[in-house]
Amino acid sequence: MKLWLKILCAVLLFYALLSSFYHPLAPGGLTVDIEKLVPGANTFVYSGYNTHFKDHSNDGLQFFVSSGSHYYPTEIIEVIDNNHAKVNVVLPDTLPSEEIAFYANTPTDGTVYIMKPMDISAFVFHQNYTNGSVPVKVANDQHQNFGYPFQVIIFESIRNLMWHVPMWFTMFVIMFISFIQSIHVLSATGRENMLDSSMIYVQSGIHDRKASASAETGLIFCILGLITGSIWARFTWGAWWTNDPQLNGAMVVFLMYVAYFILRNSVNDEEKRARLAAIFNIFAFVLLVVLLMVMPRFAEGLHPGKSGNPAFSSYDLDSSLRMVFYPAVFGFILLGYWIYNLRLRIKILESNEEI
Amino acid sequence: MKKYNAVFACLLLVLFTNSAAASSSLEEYFYASGKIKVVITVAAIVLIGLFVYLQRLDSRLKKLEKNKIEK
Repeated sequence: MKLWLKILCAVLLFYALLSSFYHPLAPGGLTVDIEKLVPGANTFVYSGYNTHFKDHSNDGLQFFVSSGSHYYPTEIIEVIDNNHAKVNVVLPDTLPSEEIAFYANTPTDGTVYIMKPMDISAFVFHQNYTNGSVPVKVANDQHQNFGYPFQVIIFESIRNLMWHVPMWFTMFVIMFISFIQSIHVLSATGRENMLDSSMIYVQSGIHDRKASASAETGLIFCILGLITGSIWARFTWGAWWTNDPQLNGAMVVFLMYVAYFILRNSVNDEEKRARLAAIFNIFAFVLLVVLLMVMPRFAEGLHPGKSGNPAFSSYDLDSSLRMVFYPAVFGFILLGYWIYNLRLRIKILESNEEI
Repeated sequence: MKKYNAVFACLLLVLFTNSAAASSSLEEYFYASGKIKVVITVAAIVLIGLFVYLQRLDSRLKKLEKNKIEK
């Protein structure tokens, strides 16, 4: 591996590490401490996250309660701090829509909103009844600097994007190397009759070592991806393991590559082992693509980008998240390739030792 | 390998004693300050995992070096 690639790897990983902790989370609405809305006066405390209520208490801070696309103005009783404010809203007894949301507007944060399940049985709903509503310009995503998109259940753990997801990207790339090397093993042994057989043995032997070294490195990243994913799932989805198709697919892939090494260890004849393992590895990689890339797109699941859950790219329109995510992925891929390279050289040294 | 087993056993012990004490306190710990501790744990696991694997490669290399010197 070239030195500049190693330096690039270090720089990219440093950038990923820095950006995963340095950039702020975009402001968002957290909760309102009210369970039942009634016609007339409702007083509640609005809690935001990373918002700037106090800083803008005299210029531009506004709260609204919306019903469908209609907005009802509120009176600010007290701004407690940057994230809390006590407000009062007077609602009519007929609202245009059952979709109630609580908006907060500040010049720095733009518009943040909260949708919370609430008892609204005291109201009558009529589509054309818009008494008391005011026109409001909702300014979504107004925050200027790059920030991680705010998501209610995920919060700061969105930063795991820089750690958990690159593990799987690295695994794909390293396993692809393994797949290619396995094809080389088979094509080298296929030419057996045409060339000097000792030559063939050396060729398929080096490809076999490359295939097993890369599969081993890929397996490390697979294990790290499984563990980090499990922890992330525990504190966002509420369970160490869920029935998400991507999770089960990942587990099958993990077991498959474990089986690959069990198969390798159970065959003593080196040439036979190379061919058997190569065939198994080719099937394993095809299954990996099917299980991790194709199947989850057709099934219900919790991962972003599947069955109505938007992928991260839909949250940021200027793709500033991509600009830090892809360097992180590339840095980890380079690191994985470097580790594979070391593993391979150790393997070759060990085999020289045996002869 | 034996020393790694001891390290893993310690880690597991820490994890289980934490979760056995009270699941809700574990949740409280990780949900505090916007779940940033989840990120720290995940980052630590990635770094520790890579470190352990590199350490294993290192010990393999050491064995090769030792054999070479003996020859």
